[in-house]
Amino acid sequence: MSITNILVCGIGGQGVMTATEILAEAALSLGYDVKKTEVAGMSQRGGVVTSHLRFGPQVLSPQIMPGDADLLVGFEAAEALRWAHMLKPGGVALVNVGRLVPPVVNIGLYDYPDDPIGSIRALGIETHAFDASAMAQALGNVRLGNTVMLGAMADRLPFPAGVLLDAVLARFGARKPQLVDVNRLAFERGRQAVAAGEAQPAALAG
Amino acid sequence: MGASLPGSVAANRLFLSGNEAVALAARDAGCRVAAAYPGTPSTEILEELAKYPDLYTEWSVNEKVSLEVALGASMVGARALCAMKHVGLNVASDALMTMTVTGTEGGLVIAVADDVGMSSSQNEQDSRYWGRFAHLPVFEPADAQEAYDMTRAAFALSEAHRCPVILRLTTRICHVKGRVQPRERELHEPAGFVKDARRWVMVPGNAKPRLPLMYQRDEALRVHAEASEWNPLYQGTDRRIGFVASGPAYMHVREAFPNAPVLKLGLSHPLPVERARELARQVDEVLVVEETEPLVELELRAAGIACRGKDVLPRIGELAPDVLRPVVAGLLGELAPTAMHAALQTVFPRPPTMCVACPHLGIYYTLAQLRNINISGDIGCYSLGAGQPWNALDSCISMGASMGVALGMDKGRGAADAKKSVVAVIGDSTFLHMGMQGLLDIVWNRGNVTVLLLDNRAVGMTGGQENPGTGRDIHGEDAPRVDFARLCEALGVKKERIRVLDPYQLPVLFKALREETKVPEPSVIITDRPCVLIDHYEATQPYKVVTDKCTGCGNCIDVGCPAIHVTRRATEVKPSGKGVELAFVRIETSACTGCGLCVQPCAPEAIVHAAPEHAVNFLYKKI
Repeated sequence: MSITNILVCGIGGQGVMTATEILAEAALSLGYDVKKTEVAGMSQRGGVVTSHLRFGPQVLSPQIMPGDADLLVGFEAAEALRWAHMLKPGGVALVNVGRLVPPVVNIGLYDYPDDPIGSIRALGIETHAFDASAMAQALGNVRLGNTVMLGAMADRLPFPAGVLLDAVLARFGARKPQLVDVNRLAFERGRQAVAAGEAQPAALAG
Repeated sequence: MGASLPGSVAANRLFLSGNEAVALAARDAGCRVAAAYPGTPSTEILEELAKYPDLYTEWSVNEKVSLEVALGASMVGARALCAMKHVGLNVASDALMTMTVTGTEGGLVIAVADDVGMSSSQNEQDSRYWGRFAHLPVFEPADAQEAYDMTRAAFALSEAHRCPVILRLTTRICHVKGRVQPRERELHEPAGFVKDARRWVMVPGNAKPRLPLMYQRDEALRVHAEASEWNPLYQGTDRRIGFVASGPAYMHVREAFPNAPVLKLGLSHPLPVERARELARQVDEVLVVEETEPLVELELRAAGIACRGKDVLPRIGELAPDVLRPVVAGLLGELAPTAMHAALQTVFPRPPTMCVACPHLGIYYTLAQLRNINISGDIGCYSLGAGQPWNALDSCISMGASMGVALGMDKGRGAADAKKSVVAVIGDSTFLHMGMQGLLDIVWNRGNVTVLLLDNRAVGMTGGQENPGTGRDIHGEDAPRVDFARLCEALGVKKERIRVLDPYQLPVLFKALREETKVPEPSVIITDRPCVLIDHYEATQPYKVVTDKCTGCGNCIDVGCPAIHVTRRATEVKPSGKGVELAFVRIETSACTGCGLCVQPCAPEAIVHAAPEHAVNFLYKKI
């Protein structure tokens, strides 16, 4: 089996690194060699965060090179567009449509892209877009967005979705059992959001 | 040597970052004292070590003190570790250059983390030079497992040769997680201090006889490195190019060229030159892949081994596979691999910004309003004041440099700067690290500098660690707290020239700055509100914008708070015919913590408390 490369991107404070950590725990539980690396300079300061996860029989370099990612997971729409070139031909983008507009745009120095999701699709990339933030809010806590994103990845991994779900729930099991059910739900919503897109490719084409 | 603790070996592999691996290894090696000053990417080493009850840990006031603490522990026979970022070793180097002459007793490991790629630093220096300069061995782990194993080996090597050992890390080791198999834990009881002035009192008469010992040690280490298991020569079937590589670059080489012979340098100084010669005999050409300076390359050439290196490879940044592949293709006369991916998309930059409600926002909003000032800055979150929308920081050099630079700006100025005021901006921890000596220099030499001492009770940029100004130690327990006003007074600043004020009260801050910059003598304005990321910070009622009242003046945007978002832009044509750009805003209420900075410049009073919605009577604002 070859190496699986997953690039998770977003901005500081969104939970990008935590989500990748959970994904790593799932891969580790299956006995894979795993390496995880971040470029997160001053990550608490609203800057760009990317987290690289590589797993397989043996992983050497921890870094995913442009054109090598199997999966691009965007916690923020413009960030997914920024890193779209990291995908390999045939790679898939899973993107939260939520937008986080930085001060440099509000000041008027730069423009936020009009249609980041459309721009990713225009590159010929299979893209599944959904509003993870809204789904999380509907479940009563924006922080569940992280679990929604993990659920969205679940059927795009070289191992069963249940392995990832177990890794998610293991985070809460002992310490915060009251959060298990709502996280299971959030995970399922993310999963369904991508599955629904697959069932109706025409609806997403625009 | 240490005795092993039965039954303490973890059965399972762990998943650790390089920093976590170094910490665990130090603890498992029986390290008794560990000291550091926080600095990205090294910070987590001490944070992790502080979790273990088995040893003494401290945040030191600066890296030099931390290294001296480690040396003192070593003198009494304890194993000791000192961690720092690359620029930290510059600060500690005075101690380093003499402790290499005294040597050490208990194993002493210096973990120094280079920020290759510069994700969070002011320069990209190569700490491997210190091994050459200070005649010390240098380990270079290539992943987290090696970070663990080499830390253990470094303690042993330090004791075998009675000298400090440098563990050279880079960002791509410190912050990369991988599987780690720990080994049996050792106990290490300090042998006790042996008084010996000829060994430890480095006056010339005692130091001179020790220099030959240092050169003898060099030779012993050279022999050791040639035979070291850490410097394996891996055979390969594609012998057109043989690689010499160390650290993360080794992994990149193996990833990109799996069939090539590689000399892996784990103990990279002293350089195992004969092993490199052996590699050179086997291959058509040798390529040295090292981050970042051409140290190994030059030493190989000096030994008569022909090689390529920085003549074809970049001297800056990481040497990842996508950097290496086209270069090697060029050397082999092959076509460079074509990019098999979508084109790079142009998206706005997203530079780091100050946090919502950061107390520094008010400082820079105010500094941006002042004209005719030169602002000497320092290392910390407040260096972000150089960015948009404030553009209110004119220099940032090294820890504490704001003081000396400000004094030099004052003393060196000619007619061009005669009417300008000189302001220095420095944070609490940076001031205690290396700034207070500079303030003493300003006072003593009668400089005309206004110092803004931003006391937010945390080492903010690295994650809010404790310092002598926070009143807590590395474990968060109560500790003596320095009184900044009294400290400045003790350094000689006149009592009436020291003000302590609230940075959220913009009119007060503005007035204080205006007044103090006009006084031709040293003054210090201390701000006293905590970093929003630490426990001391208390959020208050969040705000919202009443859309009908917002006139689009954009004053609130100038505060620079990330919770303020533009909803609509327009151009208003004044009666004079001049067009004025308008920006109507909203506040992301879920992010707002109610600091009130944006309320103060809002002329139409469009910003109100969100829930329950009511007008603001904040500070000196009339409603």
